[in-house]
Amino acid sequence: MTTQEWKFTAKDIATKPDLFMSGHRACAGCAPVTVLRLIMKATRGPTIVTQATGCMEIVGSIYPYTSWAVPWLHTAFENAAANASGIEAAIKIMRKKGKIKDEHIDVIALAGDGGTVDIGLQALSGAMERGHDFLFVLYDNEGYMNTGIQRSSSTPIGASTTTSPAGTVIPGKLEKKKPITEIMLAHEIEYVATATPYYWKDLITKVRKGLEVEGPAFLHVFAPCPRGWRSDPAKSMEYSKLSVETCVFPIWEAVNGKRQLSTPSKVISLAPQKKKPVKAYLEGQGRFRHLFTPQNSHILSEIQRTTDERWEKLLQKCASGAT
Amino acid sequence: MAMNGDEAVAYAVKQCDVDVVAAYPITPQTIIVEKFSEYVANGEVQTQYVCTESEHSAMTACLAAGATGARTFTASASAGLALMHEMLYVTSGSRVPVVMAIANRALSAPLNIHGDHSDSMAERDSGWIQLYAENAQEAYDSIIQAFKIGEDINVSLPVIVGIDGFTLSHTLERVDTLPDEVLRQFVGQRQYPLVVTHEGKTVPFKLDPANPMTMGPNALQNYYFEFKRQQEEGMKNAYKKIQDVNCEYAKLSGRSYGNGLIDPYKLDDAEIAIVVLGSTAGTLKVIVDQLRQEGIKAGVLRIRAFRPFPVDDIKNALKNVKVVAVMDKSMSPGGLGAAVFNEVRNALYDQSTRPIVVNYIFGLGGRDSSPRDLRKVFEDIIKIARTGQVEKTVNYLGLRE
Amino acid sequence: MSSKEKTWKEISIAGVPSKSSIGFLTGDWKTYMPVRDLEKCTLCLTCVMLCPEGAIAFLPEKNKIKIDLGFCKGCGICANECPTKAITMKMPEEEEE
Repeated sequence: MTTQEWKFTAKDIATKPDLFMSGHRACAGCAPVTVLRLIMKATRGPTIVTQATGCMEIVGSIYPYTSWAVPWLHTAFENAAANASGIEAAIKIMRKKGKIKDEHIDVIALAGDGGTVDIGLQALSGAMERGHDFLFVLYDNEGYMNTGIQRSSSTPIGASTTTSPAGTVIPGKLEKKKPITEIMLAHEIEYVATATPYYWKDLITKVRKGLEVEGPAFLHVFAPCPRGWRSDPAKSMEYSKLSVETCVFPIWEAVNGKRQLSTPSKVISLAPQKKKPVKAYLEGQGRFRHLFTPQNSHILSEIQRTTDERWEKLLQKCASGAT
Repeated sequence: MAMNGDEAVAYAVKQCDVDVVAAYPITPQTIIVEKFSEYVANGEVQTQYVCTESEHSAMTACLAAGATGARTFTASASAGLALMHEMLYVTSGSRVPVVMAIANRALSAPLNIHGDHSDSMAERDSGWIQLYAENAQEAYDSIIQAFKIGEDINVSLPVIVGIDGFTLSHTLERVDTLPDEVLRQFVGQRQYPLVVTHEGKTVPFKLDPANPMTMGPNALQNYYFEFKRQQEEGMKNAYKKIQDVNCEYAKLSGRSYGNGLIDPYKLDDAEIAIVVLGSTAGTLKVIVDQLRQEGIKAGVLRIRAFRPFPVDDIKNALKNVKVVAVMDKSMSPGGLGAAVFNEVRNALYDQSTRPIVVNYIFGLGGRDSSPRDLRKVFEDIIKIARTGQVEKTVNYLGLRE
Repeated sequence: MSSKEKTWKEISIAGVPSKSSIGFLTGDWKTYMPVRDLEKCTLCLTCVMLCPEGAIAFLPEKNKIKIDLGFCKGCGICANECPTKAITMKMPEEEEE
């Protein structure tokens, strides 16, 4: 990675044309499309994007329209990372043979939590092990939203989804959220980071850092889905902010396994009184509504406990330098 | 040179300026990937070799690399091909001309690593061109031809070259190869069909930052059908292209395989005939010669191109035949006979005079059929020719009943 | 959908889209529309960054914000995030009053 940090102002970003164009079919208040817009603001030259099936793939590519101003490939659900592997291999060899212009092309793979943490995990792991030069961005809205809000392994504990509904006997999803970044760190890749669109400057910086890595990089972006979370579309960015303030989704980056908190989370580590209780994040989201009843209050405590536990663990790792 | 079918395939790939090979090992294709790995490790090829973590990813990577403009190759068999199933449709629908060698092998369960055609027969609707080789020489020749056939801009379809598992993949045969420069010129550089992008430009169909385009969109009910019809047009053009390439290649090598689509043997005056795919044809031709010496007018029709299915050529080849036995190395449980039988019978149906057609399912799970077993098929159909009576339309050759 | 749909011969292979989505207006999706109080706007550009539609532009030559109602779906994120509350969501009829 370059040692020189890319300096930019809001005006620089605002005046860069959107390479993910308006006119897409995302729901009003969708945070993942904001994530796509911001990712494309961070590009630095020729770029090819490949995407897994999902909300973000569909909304920008309904024939005969496309929202993508860059070369873009979609093939199937579980193989964004394998697509990227093929594209990267082709570019490498064709440059060498003089079949295409000898210039670097950035390859970005995009997938939702379904296409990354569940069905996409195999291809992702394979691509990371093989060391292809690409950036994989996970836009995590905590469910299979495109097909109707079904649970994924990234759905947090207690959430009501259509395949883990809050019923009279079972109160929503009982399993914890799969820690995908831990899995990525275990692959010993150069750059793993988390981000969320409210902190757009941080997100854009991290995308650029990921692109600068010569090899695989992974960025986990937390992006609220008002439709799936049954939350107010106007508050999608507010929830993005709350996820960090409550430490439900801390933001950090790890260069060669060494973690460092990013400013919004660092602020909380230095002033723990600023840490908000998870309730502040959960209330207002219809998917957690059932937790605010006496018989489910133990789940609320469980959520607070596991959030605190993961936060403490993260702080320890940042301090000790252990992955 | 003495090579087995797998080695012949790897050698052909080596000579065809392939850009990306993404593959996963599975018996009996392993020798292809192993041999190719040696070429890569010794710097004998200029190819980016990707050892993917599954066949599904192998096909994906080939498709994506092909979409980026690269010439790509992969190989698989049986369960690996089945695992790629979804991606086969995506590849043909995306009109990317990947070439794939299939060392035809039985599908589980029970697990069986030996040769039969159930793996590629299960993919007959996937939109891939399918060629079947009779011997290792043809395996070599067909791989080379496959690049030229698939990459033709009016075809733009991926190609499967099937070689019988173990019988061809692992058996040493004599293979005459052509010099590198000759083949390099024959396959040439990959050409791209033109498309109109959202920028209003008409440009070569590939991922290129200079001419951005979107590949793999969502086509709703109002457009999906039209894209499928386009694929059919590619197949129609492949019908001619396979024949043209067979001719062109014959000029270089002195070898041709019938007209490229079918390989008829002593059918002009044949009363009875067996229709078959792959290496079994070799043994059948020997038996035909024996029968001819006994005064029996027998013939063999080897179908080389199963997709596109050469309807007119088959009708023409069998026009004087009274009884046809179609031999299938696969099954379709619950159906009336197996795949090749159904397609051949269907092709002959519309004629006012048509032969009696019966089915012999054989060789499943690599069960060997001896010349004696195969001769029995001819004897059965001679009997049908004499009596006009069909005992059983669908028969199992070599099954213990 | 305005133009007549094309035959299989008239379209490019493999589904390559022939139109940019900026030709597909989504503004009619909205119920509420953003209304700006220009005096309160500090040009922090937060709304430009966070708009899911990319419907808010910063025009440097005029040093001002412009909202493209042709794409705005009325989600209200801009109003919710504006630090000076320079944007409020109103029903179109309300605004006309």
